[in-house]
Amino acid sequence: MRDDTQTETPTMLTKMSARGVEVHYGPKRALNGIDLDIGTGDVTALIGPSGCGKTTFLRCLNRMNDTIASARVSGSVTLDGDEIYGSQGLDPVLLRMRVGMVFQKPNPFPKSIYDNVAFGPRIHGLHQRKDELDHVVHMALERAGLWQEVKDRLDQQGTGLSGGQQQRLCIARAIAVAPEVILMDEPCSALDPIATAKVEELIDELRENFTIVIVTHSMQQAARVSQRTAFFHLGDVVEVGPTEQIFTAPAHRLTQGYITGRFG
Amino acid sequence: MSIGEQHIVKSYDEELRKLDDALARMGGLAESQLAAAIEALTNRDSALAQKVMNDDGKVDACEEFINEQTIRVLALRSPVADDLRTVICSLKVAGGLERVADHAANCAKRSLVVNQMQPVAPMRSLVRMGRLVTELLNEVLDAYLNRDAERALAVRDRDQEVDDLYSSLFREILTYMMEDPRTITVCSHLMFIAKNIERVGDHATNIAEMTYYLVTGKSLKDKRPKRDTSPFEGATE
Ligand SMILES: Nc1ncnc2c1ncn2[C@@H]1O[C@H](COP(=O)(O)OP(=O)(O)OP(=O)(O)O)[C@@H](O)[C@H]1O
Ligand SMILES: [Mg+2]
Repeated sequence: MRDDTQTETPTMLTKMSARGVEVHYGPKRALNGIDLDIGTGDVTALIGPSGCGKTTFLRCLNRMNDTIASARVSGSVTLDGDEIYGSQGLDPVLLRMRVGMVFQKPNPFPKSIYDNVAFGPRIHGLHQRKDELDHVVHMALERAGLWQEVKDRLDQQGTGLSGGQQQRLCIARAIAVAPEVILMDEPCSALDPIATAKVEELIDELRENFTIVIVTHSMQQAARVSQRTAFFHLGDVVEVGPTEQIFTAPAHRLTQGYITGRFG
Repeated sequence: MSIGEQHIVKSYDEELRKLDDALARMGGLAESQLAAAIEALTNRDSALAQKVMNDDGKVDACEEFINEQTIRVLALRSPVADDLRTVICSLKVAGGLERVADHAANCAKRSLVVNQMQPVAPMRSLVRMGRLVTELLNEVLDAYLNRDAERALAVRDRDQEVDDLYSSLFREILTYMMEDPRTITVCSHLMFIAKNIERVGDHATNIAEMTYYLVTGKSLKDKRPKRDTSPFEGATE
């Protein structure tokens, strides 16, 4: 099914690499053996119809599927060449610090806004001094485009924010620990166009230091923010290539049908 | 879930179809303008030539419609993939057809002068070249509207015939003028008419390349070498 004529760009440095990744939820197979490379410093967009396995794949990249009892993952995923699964695999807690995640549904902790953002740095013992931590929290909220709205109520509950604000809070929480890779699962689905533009600008900025994988249902967003795009369909990667190519001349009929809105 | 030929949003299909319809109409117009200009020359029909000049505005109106429609689709639909290529190619083909009609009008204008003078022999070759180009234009528009890349490439290959005819016509006219300087005025007009027709051939080639891109998503990298030798005519080694 996969189109082999346009796999990896030869010059691409690989940050993460998936080979033959299969995921089952109980008896149901959700991914059929995914081969996909994530380029260092790239924004890679994952697109595809609902239920095709984008979230499932994203969660494989930082072992989030470990937290789902029915989920079984096989195959290989590497980070900087190191295997993350198996007996020699990376420690999940450390892995998740290096590979952060912003979820499809905003999920702030039932804590204050400040503590939500400070949570990661604290558990990893990153910033001992209060003023250092204050600075990290401030910068993370600033970059996530939320600072102006919350600077006067940092001690209020994160769950008391609007949906879009909660999502930006979760972005701030994810970047506060300065991960190497950030996984974003439809980070803008609850955001208005201004907040969306801010997040996209943030993605552009983050790209200088981080590698980003983003799931999005907005074709325009995928086209705007990513350098590479992978099209998922029924648990397979049908096509992956430079974003520009995918959106001007996709090689596969299914990709074309999906991005042009011809799916029946 | 499966993919069909149609968009889920039906009005989108409708808008893209409108673009093709407008191009078909415009192509038909440009084609008949060119054919009429050649005919006006063949039959020394100045009334027809005048009509060609008057009708140029119709082609311009078509182009304007296509421009507006293209901007609309770009702004409202954010087309991608083959839809994007359709929109971009429509815009460019319409631009080419507008030029074709201009060349036809220019031929017609010059034929008004030519028709008042004694007929000269190179007219025959000129008309032959005119008919060939009309045929190629016709062929390439069909190829475009039927999304037929093969046929488009065949047209592109045949542009060489036009260039060869043009080069030999150029020599023929030069020789004719040298032999009888009284024909210089009429022959100069024929020279420009020939150039106009040759340019239409180039536009047909462009449309052929656009068709290839539209269908395959790939652009023709190897630019067709220009083999019209008239620029070197009269040069000494
Ligand atoms: N926790 C789970 N338990 C059982 N099945 C699951 C679970 N999570 C996902 N699935 C199934 O796995 C498949 C892939 O789901 P996934 O969430 O990865 O899709 P997706 O591409 O992210 O879709 P969407 O665009 O709607 O978010 C679906 O068929 C889904 O029903
Ligand atoms: Mg999902």
